[in-house]
Amino acid sequence: MEPIAVISIFVLAVFVGFEVVSKVSSTLHTPLMSGANAIHGVILVGAIIVADHSSTNLELGLAVAAIVLATINMVGGFVVTDRMLEMFKGKK
Amino acid sequence: MSRTLYDLIGLAAGVAFILALKGLSHPKTARRGNMIGAFGATLATIVVFFFVVAPKTGVAHALPLHHLGWILGAMAVGLAIGVPAARKVQMTQMPQLVALFNGVGGGAAALVAIVEYLHLGSGATKAEVIFTVFTVIVGCVSFSGSIITFMKLQELMTTRPVIFPAGRFIIAATLVSVIGVGGWVVAALGTTPLLILAGLSLLFGVLFVLPVGGADVPIVISLLNAFTGLTVAASGYVLDSVLLIIAGTLVGASGTILTRLMAEAMGRSLFGTLFGAFTAKPQAATGAAEERPVRSGSPDDVAILLNYARRVVIVPGFGLAVAQAQHTVRELADLMISKGIDVAYGIHPVAGRMPGHMNVLLAEANVPYDQLEEMDEINPTFSQTDVAIVIGANDVVNPAAENTPGCPIYGMPILQVANAANVIFLKRSMRPGFAGIENELLYDPKTMLLFGDAKASLTKVVSALKAL
Repeated sequence: MEPIAVISIFVLAVFVGFEVVSKVSSTLHTPLMSGANAIHGVILVGAIIVADHSSTNLELGLAVAAIVLATINMVGGFVVTDRMLEMFKGKK
Repeated sequence: MSRTLYDLIGLAAGVAFILALKGLSHPKTARRGNMIGAFGATLATIVVFFFVVAPKTGVAHALPLHHLGWILGAMAVGLAIGVPAARKVQMTQMPQLVALFNGVGGGAAALVAIVEYLHLGSGATKAEVIFTVFTVIVGCVSFSGSIITFMKLQELMTTRPVIFPAGRFIIAATLVSVIGVGGWVVAALGTTPLLILAGLSLLFGVLFVLPVGGADVPIVISLLNAFTGLTVAASGYVLDSVLLIIAGTLVGASGTILTRLMAEAMGRSLFGTLFGAFTAKPQAATGAAEERPVRSGSPDDVAILLNYARRVVIVPGFGLAVAQAQHTVRELADLMISKGIDVAYGIHPVAGRMPGHMNVLLAEANVPYDQLEEMDEINPTFSQTDVAIVIGANDVVNPAAENTPGCPIYGMPILQVANAANVIFLKRSMRPGFAGIENELLYDPKTMLLFGDAKASLTKVVSALKAL
């Protein structure tokens, strides 16, 4: 990828990230942290790509470990966030 | 599938994550936001099986992916661990679980970077090596740091700041060696330096979190969460994935803002939180203080006090949740309301173990949302309040935060229950709160203590109040 494209994506994403959570009540801090946490579980995609690339047993072993950890992060994160938010439902 | 289609679907998943964070910022749309995020993540994961990303040093092979069985098996193992953990965890243990999930994410990012580095070998460009070094350092720090926060929250180790002789020096020396070895990896390109780097980074993560006091742990989790996001973005550069760059950067940026918001809610500067252990003065010995007399009462005394009150404010803390007394406290509140008493709950922003935690816990017990009042709303009303009942809370009502400069929670905004005409503390023992600080309010003449398990005590108060 062109470095300038990478830098552009990065900078724009920083501003979007700042903007979307700039005003959030403390009530939602816990679910928001948990939800953001689940999103970075998408490193699973990277773990699958490197597992496909791996050519030695060491590489494959580490990649498999990464897939296990990333899956826990992603799936567990979304499930637990949903459980928290379920309880806010029906208020007000 | 063409590269263009693959990238477009990646972009769609990135947009889903933006919508997810946006939704999560508002109570009405939060749950839908989380669903959109889960949808984006699922989409991204499925697509990766239908397109082979060529390694930097080779050409793409035909589908299916190599090692497909291993990949699917590892995902199944992850599902088998992650889903039950997320389903079964009690709401009181939520902060630990978030810390743990964040840690494994950081660990995964570090492993991904190491594998790709081993694979590229000398074929890696300078920029790729620099990004790899960054990911390994930050991913490892996030992993080991999160494990320590988990242990603190689970009370597997002390919740107080751990300060050791020359701690400041050791941490600084570790950080310098991490950076030095990082430079070595960039210059020399070897497997051994990279593994040394990973080891030192893990050590630094431990040392970095040990001195943080229990009450500040949530801020550290949030910061490590933002760190993990950045490592995912860096991996995206090395793996040529727009999606990883977008998702990682989003989490890094929003996590940073969230960390700052949390620190503000707790009246802490971020710097003070992270380095507070170095600057705080040692506390005066508390041994003598514990000998002082306190006024303890019976459930009947409490019931009488409540019966003649016009306005009662309930201040719930983590102890309430530990005793699973949410339903009993609601029963007490309903009973008082039926007697014409004005009842409100005063919720500190960090009541429980992290911001917003208590709201989740009370929502679980179906406490009406309109009875929950935030700190800024409730504080001016304490002077017209007859009784403030503090259940299993301590640090969030401790006047030391306002009048004892140098104590670990100094500067944190508190619920000013001391302004109420009477204060009742329901406590298991005289043990100080999570931050480990003596609370002067316990010795105040207008304070009455009711010792015992919060649920058992409340049940007795409810029956005594019914009998009146």
